[in-house]
Amino acid sequence: MTVNFEHHQSAHCESGVASNLLRFHGLPLSEPMIFGIGSGLFFGHLPFLKVNGIPGTTYRIFPGLIFARACKRLGVKMKKESFRSETKAMEELDRVLDKGIPVGMLTSVYYLPYLPSALRFHFNAHNIVVYGKQNGNYLVSDPVMETVTEISPQDLQRARYAKGALAPGGKMYYPIYVPKQVDLKQPIVAAIKKTAVDMTTIPVPLFGIRGQRYLAKKVAQYPKKLDKRKAALFLGNIVRMQEEIGTGGAGFRFIYAAFLQEAAAQLEQPWLLDISQELTEAGDRWRDFAYDAARICKDRAITGENYEKLSDTIIDCSNREEIIFNKLKKISL
Amino acid sequence: MDKEKVPQDDNNVLEGKLKVLKYATDKDGSYTKVKTVGWEPENIVLSQAWEEINEKVKIIREQVHAGKLSPIAYHKEKQMLDTGMLAGYVGYPSFLVKLHLKPWFFKRLSEQQLNKYASAFRITKEELLKTD
Repeated sequence: MTVNFEHHQSAHCESGVASNLLRFHGLPLSEPMIFGIGSGLFFGHLPFLKVNGIPGTTYRIFPGLIFARACKRLGVKMKKESFRSETKAMEELDRVLDKGIPVGMLTSVYYLPYLPSALRFHFNAHNIVVYGKQNGNYLVSDPVMETVTEISPQDLQRARYAKGALAPGGKMYYPIYVPKQVDLKQPIVAAIKKTAVDMTTIPVPLFGIRGQRYLAKKVAQYPKKLDKRKAALFLGNIVRMQEEIGTGGAGFRFIYAAFLQEAAAQLEQPWLLDISQELTEAGDRWRDFAYDAARICKDRAITGENYEKLSDTIIDCSNREEIIFNKLKKISL
Repeated sequence: MDKEKVPQDDNNVLEGKLKVLKYATDKDGSYTKVKTVGWEPENIVLSQAWEEINEKVKIIREQVHAGKLSPIAYHKEKQMLDTGMLAGYVGYPSFLVKLHLKPWFFKRLSEQQLNKYASAFRITKEELLKTD
């Protein structure tokens, strides 16, 4: 059985899937709105959490939290299931699809053949929606794709049961209760407060504004502590986390600025428009950082000066964001 | 970022399969969606990551040809798997998989065991033995 599933392309997979699923169930919210209400924006630099020997940097909160927070604030109830047995997981998927309910699920990017091969790393927390079955293939709405696509049962099963960090374990989910009418004011205010507090007050120097300053300090030390190749790899990874597919540009800063504009209209608080513009400017500075960093990666031009300049750019971003989130902290209805 | 200034640096990273969605501002500063084929810094760091992977694969391949490692090590590196992940797909404990990376143990694998590895890599048994 196939249903009429409206697919909208989005920048980020998690907020995109949430937006598409809720629209299907009669609650049309834009991707930035979901991202904002899910308090998606964040920053963290975790030098001890290494992937292939490269320290981790993130511009967003942990996978799954955007969804969970957005559902909680909007009063949406989700059914979440994961299965030990792979066959059972596929049977359950078929059973729910037969009822005409599109199902969101976690997959590994590496095993999704319709994606460009250059993007297929072992990233295990990619969200997609499967909304039907046709000629033995599953119909897929992958939010990063422009249109809907198809996947064979074998590929889908492998993608749902990929191994490694954040293994999806066949996790699937679908809304079982979606309110007809939601007053967005309360959720928006709560969500903005949460983001602002997380960005400015976590007392660990790895997260939020403090995390950015910590990263700036680390980057300035790269030429002294690392060889050319390593320094370039570390930098490259930061840029990838910031600009690669799924961020909407400037490490989610632009999506969040778009959310602030929508929030300004919903709450009738025009001062949020100014904040949105400030965040756009901060985002542009992050883009400057990415541009300079990538140039260093390309030329392997390792001089202390280059890295000092990068470090200064990050400090500038953190100063801007500190002002922004301290203002946002004071938001009320 | 200004809508008109969203970069369109095509490096065939996306193979024409899609354009990526970004958020940018239009003339009066309101946000809108823009599609792009890529941005040079993104392309640079992406190819840097792949060069790093290819370099590692090349080193492992040389070691396989020199008889220091088994073909399993080559395919493991090529598909960017770590020992734990591969062990998960084959259904063996990690220490056994580590032994199978050595030619001495690899030579003693049964037909059935080789097939298990082949299906873990999603290739045929013949392809498993090739390392080109």
